[in-house]
Amino acid sequence: MRPFDYQRAERFEHAAQLVGEDGTRLLAGGTNLIDLMKLQVETPQTLVDIGRLSLGTIAEEGDGLRIGALATNTATAVDPRVRRDYPVLARAILAGATQQLRNKATTAGNLCQRTRCYNFTNIDQPCNKREPGSGCGAIKGIARLHAVLGTSDQCIATYPGDMAVALAALDARVEISGERRSRSVRLRDFHRLPGDTPWRDNVLDAGEVITAVTLPAPVGGIQLYRKVRERSSYAFALVSVAAVIGIEENRFTRADLAFGGLAHKPWHDPRLAELLVGSEPSLALFDKAADLLLEDARGYGENDFKIPLARRTLAAVLCEATGVEP
Amino acid sequence: MSVHLKQDKPDTRNVLDTMAQGVIGADLPRPEGLIKVTGTAIYAAEYRADGMLEGVLVTAPVVRGEIASINEASVLGMPGVRAVISDKRMTGRPAQGTAGEAPFQPAREVCYWGQPVALVVAETFEQARDAAKRLALDWHGTGDAPLDPEAAETEKDESTRKGDLAHAMAEAAHTVDVTITTEGHASAAMEPHAALAQWDGRTLTVHASLQMLKYNRAELADSLKLEEEQVRLVSPYVGGGFGSKLGISQEVVAASLAAMQLGRPVRVVMSRQQVFQTIMRRSETRQRIRLAADAEGRLTGFGHEALVSNLPGEDFAEPVLQSSQFLYGGDNRLLKLDLARIHRMTAGSVRAPGEAVGVQTVEQAMDILAEKLGMDPIALRLRNLPDAHPAKGTPFSSRKLAECLEEGAKAFGWEPRPRAPRHTREGEWWIGTGVASAARVHAVVEAKARVTLRPDRTALVETDMTDIGTGTYTILGQIAGEMLGLMPDDIDVRLGDTDFPPGSGSGGSWGAPSCGSAVFLACEGLRKDIARRLDIGTDDLTLKDGLARWDGGETALADILGGEPLDCIGHFEPGSSIEDATVSSFGAFFAEVAVNRWTGETRVRRMTGAFGIGRVLSARTARSQCLGGMTWCIGNALTESLMFDPVDGHLANCDLAEYHVPVHRDVPALEVLLLEERDAAASPIQAKGVGELGLCGGAGAIANAIYDACGARVFAYPMTPDRVIAAMPDI
Ligand SMILES: Cc1cc2nc3c(=O)[nH]c(=O)nc-3n(C[C@H](O)[C@H](O)[C@H](O)COP(=O)(O)OP(=O)(O)OC[C@H]3O[C@@H](n4cnc5c(N)ncnc54)[C@H](O)[C@@H]3O)c2cc1C
Ligand code: SF4
Repeated sequence: MRPFDYQRAERFEHAAQLVGEDGTRLLAGGTNLIDLMKLQVETPQTLVDIGRLSLGTIAEEGDGLRIGALATNTATAVDPRVRRDYPVLARAILAGATQQLRNKATTAGNLCQRTRCYNFTNIDQPCNKREPGSGCGAIKGIARLHAVLGTSDQCIATYPGDMAVALAALDARVEISGERRSRSVRLRDFHRLPGDTPWRDNVLDAGEVITAVTLPAPVGGIQLYRKVRERSSYAFALVSVAAVIGIEENRFTRADLAFGGLAHKPWHDPRLAELLVGSEPSLALFDKAADLLLEDARGYGENDFKIPLARRTLAAVLCEATGVEP
Repeated sequence: MSVHLKQDKPDTRNVLDTMAQGVIGADLPRPEGLIKVTGTAIYAAEYRADGMLEGVLVTAPVVRGEIASINEASVLGMPGVRAVISDKRMTGRPAQGTAGEAPFQPAREVCYWGQPVALVVAETFEQARDAAKRLALDWHGTGDAPLDPEAAETEKDESTRKGDLAHAMAEAAHTVDVTITTEGHASAAMEPHAALAQWDGRTLTVHASLQMLKYNRAELADSLKLEEEQVRLVSPYVGGGFGSKLGISQEVVAASLAAMQLGRPVRVVMSRQQVFQTIMRRSETRQRIRLAADAEGRLTGFGHEALVSNLPGEDFAEPVLQSSQFLYGGDNRLLKLDLARIHRMTAGSVRAPGEAVGVQTVEQAMDILAEKLGMDPIALRLRNLPDAHPAKGTPFSSRKLAECLEEGAKAFGWEPRPRAPRHTREGEWWIGTGVASAARVHAVVEAKARVTLRPDRTALVETDMTDIGTGTYTILGQIAGEMLGLMPDDIDVRLGDTDFPPGSGSGGSWGAPSCGSAVFLACEGLRKDIARRLDIGTDDLTLKDGLARWDGGETALADILGGEPLDCIGHFEPGSSIEDATVSSFGAFFAEVAVNRWTGETRVRRMTGAFGIGRVLSARTARSQCLGGMTWCIGNALTESLMFDPVDGHLANCDLAEYHVPVHRDVPALEVLLLEERDAAASPIQAKGVGELGLCGGAGAIANAIYDACGARVFAYPMTPDRVIAAMPDI
């Protein structure tokens, strides 16, 4: 770990101003950032602790819900409105990490958590994300955790989180403020694909701070989060599926699906809803959905298994939601 | 006073059974339990000394090469940095268990990725850590570094040949021929390796986390070129060892060298990543099992061939075949172990070396054979228990394997086979059960302990033996209490200091039978002396609740002592009693699993283990050892694997977030049955080892349960979802 300065932001403007400077990082729960600093993957000169800012509120806004950037994962998961109206979100959060970590982890920190690629976290290994131009150590190396969709020859890392996968299914928005402007982006567009600039995980510009995540009006339906992993807790997803499903008269009226563990971002493919909505649920239909989803999927040896696993997990979720018997 | 026994004959006197106190084997709490759970037991990394400096190890980012230069100037100017130690005596690898001599001191030759090559010492830990990462190393590669055990050169390590296995296979009514792989395991002890070294110009005192102080002292003295008398090691509490602390490792030597060079105390604590990257691994294995059986299921041939790996220059080869030598019969036998030389960190003892991965493969093969025969797998096992060691002919000193299979089956509610898999489904989950035998060779080693009876009705037990969480404090108190007629609360057990008489160390499940016997012998000496003072025969003496009784008399122990303490050193040495017999612990595992039809995720729903471990010295700690072992079975079967990079050989998953030991939710209710035995050949206290038996075969029961549940025969451990779905007939 490198020595660093520590500043506590008392007001939002202060934070926004400080974080615009080079070598500065925001500190929220610290559960990801501090670990990476110990490994010297992150070497900020200054940490700006935003823990005191009043960004932790969860409040109704219009027909929807606004979850502050500093609301802890635990607070969000146990919020009665979240549990009632957006159960997929509560389920996704509770499927992640551990109670202790969730007590510290925040909404914004969770969205910005970095990949768990083993080469990324080992500074003696090449990694384009950590050190642009050094090469990707995972493509020919240990790629078990890695992406099968939307990869580039520069980086095949995944976004590792759970919460954001549910937020993608719910079509949430991310509120962002900088010193000069504020904006809001769809969560589905917040994380990026690696392309030629794998060091950029998301669309945040220097000096921008996430202030909240907003959820649209509740849509009800059947909401499921399914996370596949070899041990039953405290492990990142091999594959995960968030589903918000509506069924009327045995036809899909809604099929908002997002996938974790497959790509550099929570994966949302609008073609799936187009295919499913209006159709009668059946195993054959689910298979077609998987075909669409995985049309361009490509494995890197060790992670080839994710392609059949994603197909099976999607079918599992759709069977559970619709009652179709395999 | 001292009592020495080299045990050449079985001890059938069962002396502990003739005592009166009634605490041996009882379910009593650990004397150190309270201070451990309240965080007041002090572990190696928590000691402090005045003027203490902090050292951080610098590791080489290369799999094979030579460090051409270490640019000390690159960090010596940094705040707080006091020295860069790269003394020729630095050790590059941990010492193997019971080595008793310096481990490899390679100077600047690097043999595996992450090998420590220097130590940066500074005033604070943060300064040392920062500087350690900045230390500039120049290195160059030195030739090939084979990384893949399948492609590397191999050496023959061990083989047993009897009859003609190939012929038996050709003639057999039923055969099984399977190849099963297991991946590398880490000990993954909770407490990281740490040492605080202090040098007063003549003697070196090191607080460290170690399992076998007698050997460790010799290893450290030899590494530093000191006399053993100049070295004192202190290790009263150890937060798990599992083999990783059998021998000294790099931080102990580095801290000592720095303390000696700088004349100030130096503490070195390995990071979690360093523990994973530089300490012993359990070798991955590839095992071929061949079984030949007649129409009734009697084995006519048994083959077990294994490939394991280690670094060049290391003798240790994961002894995969150990229990296969005698677990099942079959006249035609071929057992063969090959060792591949590759450049991964040192392979050495990880809890239950050999059987921890060697029994489960045999147990899978037996399950397949039972299915081919249309037999119940328990019946098949019972039919094939040999009368004596199949190759050596030595009789079993005790073997409750049949009883464990039968009693365990009853407790578990085993449903007899044959039955086809996929008989039970609950929602998405296929439910199935499996059985496996357990076996672990028994070992004892030389051990000494001093027991002092004190006039205040208490006793003191001293040995350099360690308690690595296993329960040594508890059992030694119970043995001494039983023999001396005192409650364990009145026995002060002191461990983990080379100033005490040298014990056996914790390893190979031999701690309890070896050190327990030393304490027992010391107590026998004390009893004899008391009887002499009372002028009665030792057999006529009863000690209970601080009183000595004999036919017609009774007096307080304190009165006999006349105000003076009375001590005796017990000295136990193994002799031919364990060579004239086949001495081993046995047991049986039963597991119920649920396998997800879609994802192949496997969860263990319940497990029963029945074990014969000789005399049970403490019901509580023996049970805990079995619970821990069975938990390891779950990790071994389903999640644990060291992942080495195929390109440069570095270990990728080197922390507890990514090396997946089971979490609480993975470990269901575990049931443990302990079947009492008295094994007269095993030790004078009739106890065998228990620390490792609980993980020797149980992963096979889980594998067999996966098959019974969903029809997937998986031949690679751990059985992760990807492997299960690849082997699973359709949803
Ligand atoms: C062992 C382990 C297991 C885990 N398992 C899971 C899991 O299964 N599923 C899962 O989803 N997660 C898992 N996590 C990750 C965990 O969820 C994240 O560490 C956590 O959500 C990060 O939140 P934080 O508030 O602590 O972020 P911090 O560590 O404080 O920050 C993370 C990043 O976000 C940036 N940041 C913080 N706040 C803002 C803001 N307002 N605006 C802009 N940038 C900001 C920081 O600068 C930093 O770069 C695991 C973590 C660990 C250590
Ligand atoms: S996959 Fe991405 S994060 Fe991993 S090594 Fe390659 S570039 Fe780095």
